[in-house]
Amino acid sequence: MEVTVNVNGTDHTADVEPRKLLVDHIRTVVGLTGTHIGCDTTSCGVCTVLLDGAPVKSCTVLAVQADGRSVTTVEGLKSGGELHPVQTAFSDEHGLQCGFCTPAMMLVGAALLEQNPDPSDEEIRWAISGNLCRCTGYMNIVKSIRAAAEAKATAAAGADS
Amino acid sequence: MLPSRFDYVAAHSIEEALAAKAQGDEDTRFLAGGQSLLPMMKLRLAVPSKLIDINRIDGLGGVERRNGHLRIGAAARHADVAASDAAFGAVAAAAPWISDPLVRNLGTLCGSVAHCDPEGDWNSVLLATGADVVARGPGGERSIPIAEFVQDMFANSLASDEMVTEVRVPVPSGRSGGSYVKLERKIGDYATVAVAGHLELGDDGRIAAAGLALTSVAPINLKVAEAEALLVGNQPGPELFAEAAELAAAAADPRDDVRGTARWKRQVVRTFTGRALAAAADQALKG
Repeated sequence: MEVTVNVNGTDHTADVEPRKLLVDHIRTVVGLTGTHIGCDTTSCGVCTVLLDGAPVKSCTVLAVQADGRSVTTVEGLKSGGELHPVQTAFSDEHGLQCGFCTPAMMLVGAALLEQNPDPSDEEIRWAISGNLCRCTGYMNIVKSIRAAAEAKATAAAGADS
Repeated sequence: MLPSRFDYVAAHSIEEALAAKAQGDEDTRFLAGGQSLLPMMKLRLAVPSKLIDINRIDGLGGVERRNGHLRIGAAARHADVAASDAAFGAVAAAAPWISDPLVRNLGTLCGSVAHCDPEGDWNSVLLATGADVVARGPGGERSIPIAEFVQDMFANSLASDEMVTEVRVPVPSGRSGGSYVKLERKIGDYATVAVAGHLELGDDGRIAAAGLALTSVAPINLKVAEAEALLVGNQPGPELFAEAAELAAAAADPRDDVRGTARWKRQVVRTFTGRALAAAADQALKG
């Protein structure tokens, strides 16, 4: 069936078989490979995308379910040539080791900061609790999301003054 | 992994969804959050011929108080329940412990209830709180007490032409409290053991109504009627709760598995029942 999904601000229309999973659609039809496939069994969260702003496992959503909805992938975090504060923070704070879970962790972090601009470490850990890092680099992931919150707050204060 | 082929219908009204169900064969399934169904389809444990997506039906979401009960619509997500000010007692206590944050953004309470996985959390909560499942079929709407709705492992009492439209949890008029105490190996895993508790107190401070149900320690979510009967009419307190915990431990029928031995799980039921009842009583007294 014909499906139109807005991915990172651009509508993509394609004829999609109902059984096609959103993660496969994003990677093979839309052509964005920043969304990774990890366990493929709804366990690891590596395939996380934002569906209408909320983080979900794209291996456990049908592409047809996303018809008419908006999806943000890691490629959509950057805007106007500027990295998202979460991306900058993961780079500055070494929030990654092998990098495989990083797109998902950054999207969860970005979604958390939209809802809660000043999260505690406990709230950050709770937010990423559906996402596995097989390098076990959680300390720096938490640190990166906290640093991104601080950078956003500083930028907002600068804009106000 | 790909599920096997199926037809897909996005219904825009309950009537449209019911008509599509009536036209389908016995392997036609409704799709709400899909967080249990889609993983099963990918492993080919479920091979539906047709999926009827109910997510585009207006008015099927929502978590709200209405006519003396908490209404949770068929399209309401676990995250909606967790974020709701209307949720109370055991329902509010359990919501943040359903699976993980990503699954909570899509999975639905009603879908989980209909799925009847004995390791699922919600049916214990509904058994403890005395909730009803509301189903709609060609003949109209009917309300099914949760104890009658849950038939067996992965089996509910819906007719083949019915769909769940909402769950109704009665809101107690007096002082009440509820809890959900869950042991899990990691976030996102099924409960090793979990206990749902619900207490209502009369004006004299005695327990006027009690609900107690167990997750993951029997072939179905287990309502411990013996313990509920023991509690009613008595003053809440540690000795009473210890007696109830013994009855819960005796009623549990756990199995040895990767999460632990049956003997140990029975002990967890004993300990967690005491904690669940104490937390429920504490909330009721503060309420």
